[in-house]
Amino acid sequence: MQRYSFFSLARNALSQHEGWQRAWRSPPLKNEYDVVIVGAGGHGLSTAYHLAKEHGVTNVAVIEKGWLGGGNTARNTHTIRSNYLRDVSIRFHDVSVKLYEQLSRELNYNILFSQRSMIDLIQSWGKLRDLRRRSLAMALHGPDYQLISVDELQRRIPAMGDLSGVRLPPLAGMLHPDGAMARHDAVAWSYARAADARGVEIHQHTEVTGFTFAANGAISGVKTNRGEVRARKVALATAGNTSHVIARAGLILPLVTRNLQAFVSEPVKPIIDVIVNCPDIGLYVMQSDKGELVIGGGTDPIPSYRQGCHFSTFEDVVASLVELFPRFKNLKMLRQWGGAIEFAYDASPIISATSIAGLLVSTGWYGGFKSIPVGGLTYAHLIATGQPHSLAEAFGLDRFTGLRFLLEAGTVAQR
Amino acid sequence: MLMLTCPWCGRRPEGEFVNLGEATRPRPDDPAALTDAEWTAYICDRQNIRGRHNERWWHMRGCNMIFVVARDTVTHQVFDMAADEAAP
Repeated sequence: MQRYSFFSLARNALSQHEGWQRAWRSPPLKNEYDVVIVGAGGHGLSTAYHLAKEHGVTNVAVIEKGWLGGGNTARNTHTIRSNYLRDVSIRFHDVSVKLYEQLSRELNYNILFSQRSMIDLIQSWGKLRDLRRRSLAMALHGPDYQLISVDELQRRIPAMGDLSGVRLPPLAGMLHPDGAMARHDAVAWSYARAADARGVEIHQHTEVTGFTFAANGAISGVKTNRGEVRARKVALATAGNTSHVIARAGLILPLVTRNLQAFVSEPVKPIIDVIVNCPDIGLYVMQSDKGELVIGGGTDPIPSYRQGCHFSTFEDVVASLVELFPRFKNLKMLRQWGGAIEFAYDASPIISATSIAGLLVSTGWYGGFKSIPVGGLTYAHLIATGQPHSLAEAFGLDRFTGLRFLLEAGTVAQR
Repeated sequence: MLMLTCPWCGRRPEGEFVNLGEATRPRPDDPAALTDAEWTAYICDRQNIRGRHNERWWHMRGCNMIFVVARDTVTHQVFDMAADEAAP
């Protein structure tokens, strides 16, 4: 792997930038691998990287129907945080934040990580009680989540301006200093480059059309549009489409897919330097490095694979936005998009073996950008050793039997 | 915005309705006779179809009727409606 540094930049500048290597190879598709990972998004690539790094499993193919990092990895609002409610979720996401903090250095790739803190705006007494409970739960495990006053809110978010005319005036805020954002494409590309350097193959435009099985019922490989590929283990990381893909193996999972949309405004001068989230009214807003305001809300309340703008939700989010930030009324919106996120019956992730030997799933991320490093770390552990990682023991499919749910209140932004 | 046709009230905007999920999950006749796995499958598992599926809607902010709609989960096109006579 060609290392990126100031010196390599300077050296390549002298040769008109014609000497850069490709960030990853495009080898021919072999007909057999130890592990096939389906889905070259953040989770799939991070899993491949950790398989190679921690477990020495390098005969791995990551196959992708579209292009690398073009699914939900490209369709989220790149927020990283660990303010969850359940013990296992807090520990899990705290590790993810810490891995993100070191990611640029570890992968030698600038992911534009910006730990600018996240502020939850509280506009109802019920939410205040709920989030204080969450802050006490988090205090047991480390990540910080502090109550702040309305004065402090206004000091940290001056863009709000006068709150006297607001219908639901903020009562307080919760400050999550670990809250961060990073460039989502760079996360996928950096993992792809690092995994490739350790021998993993990445095959884009390779769609899984079915699975092949051994005589004993175990998985023996995948059928793709480029022919059959044999594998000892097949690991799905197909966020949004897992039900659709695994149905080809005859399995049904406790998942529902929904559209989660976001949109960006025209670029403006720096006006918000934290991530503002308003769980009571279903709104979050932050400013990207390009100056665009990134705005989103809750999921559409219907099952959907549409990956687009659902107007009634859009209208709700914008109404909430101009109520709290009336000065944004004149902003023009530039782009909008939706991601197909899937959530499990109890809104917690699933990192698990299935009833078919050799077939594994990582799903139910319900907004999984923040979990990419730890999701890959724990999924790779499960794939390589057959045992769940200590951080992810609670995320098996077996929790549903006996209805031992891991109900989580902290998953998506509108919480 | 989706427009749904309530069998009683006619064509109304989606904000009046609540989506109750897949309509193709008949409640088992004798839950006590099921194994844990079968009961879990009934409670938790979803077909989560990519494409046309049948789903139940509740006209909560209207006449309160519950009915079945065929809708494409990719395009959101709504196909036809019928009063939910077959619903258990």
